[in-house]
Amino acid sequence: MPKAAFRPAGDRAIVASFGDEISEELNVAVMALDRSLAENPIEGVIETVPTYRSLLVYYDPAKLRNRSLARELDRRSRLVPTGAARVGRTIEIPVRYGGAYGEDLGDVALHCGLSEAEVIERHSGREYRIYMLGFLPGFAYLGNMDLSLATPRMGTPRQAIPAGSVGIGGEQTGIYPLVSPGGWRIIGRTPLRLYDPRREEPIPYRPGDFIRFRSVGDDEFEAIKARVDSESNEGASP
Amino acid sequence: MSSGLIVRRPGLLCSVQDSGRIGYQSLGIASSGALDLRSLAIANILVGNSDGEAGLEACLVGPELEIEVGNVLAIAGADMEPKRNGEAVPQYAAFAVEPGDVLAFGAAVSGCRAYIAFAGGLDLPIVMGSRSTNLKCGLGGLEGRALKAGDSIGFRVPLAPLDPDPRRRDSREDFSAPLAALRVVAGPQDEYFTQHGIEAFYGAEYRLTERSDRMGCVLEGPVVEARGKTDIVSDGIPLGAIQITSGGRPIVMLADRQTTGGYAKIATVISADIPLLAQRRPGEKVAFKKVSIEAARRAALNDIAQRAALRRKLELRL
Repeated sequence: MPKAAFRPAGDRAIVASFGDEISEELNVAVMALDRSLAENPIEGVIETVPTYRSLLVYYDPAKLRNRSLARELDRRSRLVPTGAARVGRTIEIPVRYGGAYGEDLGDVALHCGLSEAEVIERHSGREYRIYMLGFLPGFAYLGNMDLSLATPRMGTPRQAIPAGSVGIGGEQTGIYPLVSPGGWRIIGRTPLRLYDPRREEPIPYRPGDFIRFRSVGDDEFEAIKARVDSESNEGASP
Repeated sequence: MSSGLIVRRPGLLCSVQDSGRIGYQSLGIASSGALDLRSLAIANILVGNSDGEAGLEACLVGPELEIEVGNVLAIAGADMEPKRNGEAVPQYAAFAVEPGDVLAFGAAVSGCRAYIAFAGGLDLPIVMGSRSTNLKCGLGGLEGRALKAGDSIGFRVPLAPLDPDPRRRDSREDFSAPLAALRVVAGPQDEYFTQHGIEAFYGAEYRLTERSDRMGCVLEGPVVEARGKTDIVSDGIPLGAIQITSGGRPIVMLADRQTTGGYAKIATVISADIPLLAQRRPGEKVAFKKVSIEAARRAALNDIAQRAALRRKLELRL
């Protein structure tokens, strides 16, 4: 089990750092500590931000002292069993690959020496661990992409990548939950609305969950999109 | 939603802010909220609201508001020389407004951000636990954006009717010092910097650049020398974190900051001094002074105690 170091991050936060690299082992330890705080809350802890390799813990200085919180976090991080059982949910994300929704699919296939169908098969044929969310609401940093799909980012980023776009940037893959500028190669789009502040769960996944992409055709894309649109209209205020 | 006020002109950047959106940073959603929580709290206490109730945050040049429903208001923070129908109104004090009154703010003569609190608060929906505007995500406040001319915002009814008693006042905070000394706690990644770099950081004065906003203050001054790269594997960015970019420049992260980032953080501004930074204008100077985590905690508790004392004082007197 990786050992955590605790550093103050001002007078209202403390960071439990398990290392300085991207690895599943470190991220499992981060998530285990985060889960422990969710399941057995410490009075005075306000919120947490899990990342690849650290957990930032915000606290109320009127209720907790840095040193006693560090001690309790240290105790908990040691209790977590090695190879803790996988508890994240698996979220399936339907994706219409290629065509107008994934205009860089051809370039990615060409760069990787694969057919478009092979790129789709390798991209959708596995589960991706969500290491962390950041950059934008719901922007998921995903691990373990098939490295045969690695493709450099665009030389010039695009001004506006549509919400729901699925991209490859170097050895990483991810989804743009909002319209955003970005330099990743866009290989497809999901009809799901990944970010909706009016929903109970504004983002349908959390750090520690897993994502699996499922290739869908135009008909299914449109059917899901129609359902998503009607659901969100029902929730809208008059 | 009934109208309490109409925005005649919005000023430079005026947005609805409360004490922030708690619990969504793990999803990549910034907390937002008033940059100077102390001034917002004082204005709120003066009109009988809870400390973190939503009010308006005006930046550098304030708005012009036409009042449609009478209410009791208080203004704290930067001095934007507010006038009601052309006559100066008190700041750091409660005052009444009547339907038809026009409340006009000018440019800040000291400080950067003024806070306007309305007895009862603003009649806007709570989105994910807060009324704060998150400009980047288009979330909260008034349609997730800054105010613009023609906007109309309703008032909520105060829990108890409030007298605009002139004794509902507090002493002004002075933001006009040429240099603001900001206390910091070292870390969490100060080991990325050389002794020389750390001495430069604590010994120098830095100037806020024009690229300072609700996300953070980009500073100009001596380069902070790193041992190697200042890139780290991304981790969470606390409020007040001082990131050092690859060019050696400090950026102090504020309420609308990214939740995670990949630059090493040399130190963190203590929570009691974030308001001092929020009230600096581009071109003004700051310096950093290292304090212990215990001293930082005492400053935070002292801040809380002072606000509680103000509230008690108003309740006893009136």
